Amino acid sequence: MATANIEVSETPLVLYALRRADDALILGHRLSEWCGHAPMLEEDMALSNIALDLIGQARELYTYAAKTEGKDNDEDKLAYLRDVRQYRNLLLVEQPNGDFAQTLVRQFFYSAFADLYWRAMMTSRDATLAAIAAKSEKESAYHLRHASEWIIRLGDGTDESHRRAQAAIDQLWAFTGEMFAVDDGERGLIHAGIAVDPGTLRGRWLTTLSGVIGEATLTLPQTDWMQQGGRSGRHSEHLGHLLSELQSMQRTFPGQTW
Amino acid sequence: MVIAVDDNTALRQRAWDAAASVVDPEIPVLSIADLGVLRDVVLDGDRVEVAITPTYSGCPAMNMIAIEIEIALERAGFRQPKVRTVLSPAWTTEWMSEEGRQKLRAYGIAPPQASHSRRALFGEQAVACPQCGSDKTELLSEFGSTSCKALWRCRSCREPFDYFKCH
Repeated sequence: MATANIEVSETPLVLYALRRADDALILGHRLSEWCGHAPMLEEDMALSNIALDLIGQARELYTYAAKTEGKDNDEDKLAYLRDVRQYRNLLLVEQPNGDFAQTLVRQFFYSAFADLYWRAMMTSRDATLAAIAAKSEKESAYHLRHASEWIIRLGDGTDESHRRAQAAIDQLWAFTGEMFAVDDGERGLIHAGIAVDPGTLRGRWLTTLSGVIGEATLTLPQTDWMQQGGRSGRHSEHLGHLLSELQSMQRTFPGQTW
Repeated sequence: MVIAVDDNTALRQRAWDAAASVVDPEIPVLSIADLGVLRDVVLDGDRVEVAITPTYSGCPAMNMIAIEIEIALERAGFRQPKVRTVLSPAWTTEWMSEEGRQKLRAYGIAPPQASHSRRALFGEQAVACPQCGSDKTELLSEFGSTSCKALWRCRSCREPFDYFKCH
């Protein structure tokens, strides 16, 4: 592990793009862990396809973050040469795959948000973020539909699938609050019309959730306590393990290309 | 090979034709012009820059397409061609040419249909089988062998087939 971590000058806009890029990369990587292991071939392809979409979104966002920063960084350095405390993703997306229900509940919580978020970001005053949003919105609509249908199949399926889906909801619920949190830097971007205030999406997000979870005969937890930290680099133990795999090639053979 | 810069329109057409000869590596019956991926060709003297737009954010065919465009242009006599990726406006299957749709069907892939709501769950959609034309078909998986396709099956002729998703 000879390669040093890069430094990133996190202006509000760089940090904003970086946070969304990290969400997409880490969730995409998590889904890619199912490749070759999913319960059936169609799902193997579905999860790998969604992973590809997310990693593609991450590349656009990293490239934009690097360009905005205007230093020596690029998409690869941002992905491969930052340590765990420099990652800015939501705690939700780094949670382990667990069983199939846990993966799909995580995907459902995130996609229900991403679908609303990217749709709203299409009118951002930042032309690049608006363009990335217009592409991502189409993809997230598929991702949400895929996850929603699975939540209904699992919840309204067998006793065993219902039990596992409910356990996943109960376990992951506390990580959803972070999606709606905003700090001072983001408040400035929201004020400038560059970013969307995620708080304004929460009502519709809950409506999407309630509809699907109700049809799935599952229930949402009543607790309001939410775990946070990912946006400022305080992560669960799982992210370091994920990065050690994601970054191992570049850390071992610096600068290696295919 | 050196090109005389005497007729800009003809030269641009030549560059466009060269770029348009590149096919999608995953669906080799479709050119990038049929797909709507080829957006623009700009000439500056004898230098040429081609603008393409990705279909899906993570489509791995895009890198391959960019390399093939450069090769096609160099073969057509253009020096140091450049390929630029544009994100906006976002690619849509509405840009697929009618010729492209016919080529897809003949190749065994059902072309995209616009009527389906992207947000309805367990949506019912009628996609005609590209093999036998029957409407008695069913969706097997929304995600197929590439980002742009879904997997379907015909209940009349029992053949599985790809459907090019509306995007």
